[in-house]
Amino acid sequence: MATVLEKSSAGVALVDPTALSARTQRASRVPRSVQRLLGPVLLVVAWQVASSTGFFDERTVPRPLSVLSAAWRLITDGSLEEHLTISLLRVGYGLLIGIALGLVLAVVSGLSRIGENFVDANMEVLRAVPNFALVPLLIVWFGISEVPKVILIVLAVAVSIYINTFAAIRSVDAGLVEAARSFGVGRGELIRRVVLPGALPGFLVGLRLALTGAWLSLIFAETINAKKGLGRMMTDAREYFQIDVVFVLIAVYAILGLLSIAVVRWLENRLLTWRRAYDGN
Amino acid sequence: MATDLVDNDTQTVVVARGVRRVFGAQTVLDGLDVEIAAGEFVALLGRSGSGKSTFLRALGALDPDVQGHIRVPAKQAVVFQEPRLLPWQKVLTNVTIGLPNNATVREQGRAALAEVHLEDKAGAWPRTLSGGEAQRVALARALVREPQLLLLDEPFGALDALTRIRMHGLLLRLYRKYRPAVLLVTHDVDEAILLADRVIVLTDGAISLSTRVDVPQPRSRDSREFTALRRRLLAELGVGDEPDAR
Repeated sequence: MATVLEKSSAGVALVDPTALSARTQRASRVPRSVQRLLGPVLLVVAWQVASSTGFFDERTVPRPLSVLSAAWRLITDGSLEEHLTISLLRVGYGLLIGIALGLVLAVVSGLSRIGENFVDANMEVLRAVPNFALVPLLIVWFGISEVPKVILIVLAVAVSIYINTFAAIRSVDAGLVEAARSFGVGRGELIRRVVLPGALPGFLVGLRLALTGAWLSLIFAETINAKKGLGRMMTDAREYFQIDVVFVLIAVYAILGLLSIAVVRWLENRLLTWRRAYDGN
Repeated sequence: MATDLVDNDTQTVVVARGVRRVFGAQTVLDGLDVEIAAGEFVALLGRSGSGKSTFLRALGALDPDVQGHIRVPAKQAVVFQEPRLLPWQKVLTNVTIGLPNNATVREQGRAALAEVHLEDKAGAWPRTLSGGEAQRVALARALVREPQLLLLDEPFGALDALTRIRMHGLLLRLYRKYRPAVLLVTHDVDEAILLADRVIVLTDGAISLSTRVDVPQPRSRDSREFTALRRRLLAELGVGDEPDAR
């Protein structure tokens, strides 16, 4: 495989290691983010071609351009904004309450055996129950108001945050805790300076999953007789067979999901600089 | 040195009597008696599993299940084998952790970092440091507490040979300046002879040898006294002087 350049006096075949380790890929001048867009763009082009040539049935798979025009229609007549605002509010409240709840429970459970006894098993059970199975109960208890919708999101978010933060608190390096204690660090400082910062990466993993879970629960929640919201739009579009609107809504969910991940990435860059410094080496 | 004429260094600061530690069915420390004088540098040698680290942890209040009579100075500090720096706190915060957060303490922290030649790393993240630098920060973190007993648990074990030599010099300089009592746990015979006033060999949880290091300063690995003591200690540890290449 490697070209033998010469033989040493001892008859050993010699090669040039710098030539062997030559770079297999040349650095591109196009930014990475633009390169990554190539895949989706190609997919849309293929879609358009398949629609134009009649490979796709126009009634079940609208062409990209008609989806775009449907999107434009929904944006200009204000209906998308109206429904989106309601959905964003539900997710916003759900996240706010869910994160706070999950975090408090994780700290209580993570820092004391007694807390763990009270909290952890309950959260495990809650995690084991599919969220959707709670919908009938929530309707019976809270009617078809906003409350059951937000609660459904809160539960999904709180469970994700709790499970990951609790595990992260418990896996903080025992050697660091021992060292900190031996240097006279009291309980308050131990939590503030050692345990919580150590658990932060795990919390952010939980946040990632919580955001995904929040959008998923939103779809479930808005099947509960919602008068407004993306889920309602979806139901209507299905009823009236507006496949182009269905496509628009799927795209909206995709954009919201991608934005959520971008937010967590940004938070990770901000909060975990100590780790980035390490990755940089 | 004039101070050598006045023998006031014999005040004992560490008293350990009948120290026992049992893990399940295994007795790791079997009634150990050790005393360390103020300002005395003691090296504790032993093979892996001989209980030397267990004894250090007992002195460092890191082991709640140890039995026996133990008295140590309230002001003591440990340097572990790994630096054990909090990766999410800057170097200076790591040095002053557990101390009140005020300007005086921060200044003392900076001074301690200067002692280990790392004053310019005060604002760095620990993970950007090399192994030797991180261990020097750990040393500064111990020094800033002005300990009367310094517990060193194989602090140079994970460092490369060249860095280790530099760390020996640094440790000796700081020891002579601040004169804490030192207990150095190590399995490196040369390190023990180079640094310590007295060497204790631990075998199966009991002291099998305790000897003063009568090698003239500055200690050279080539001196007759050094090689003689090295041979004696290695024999006590059950290894020959030369590598056995069979």
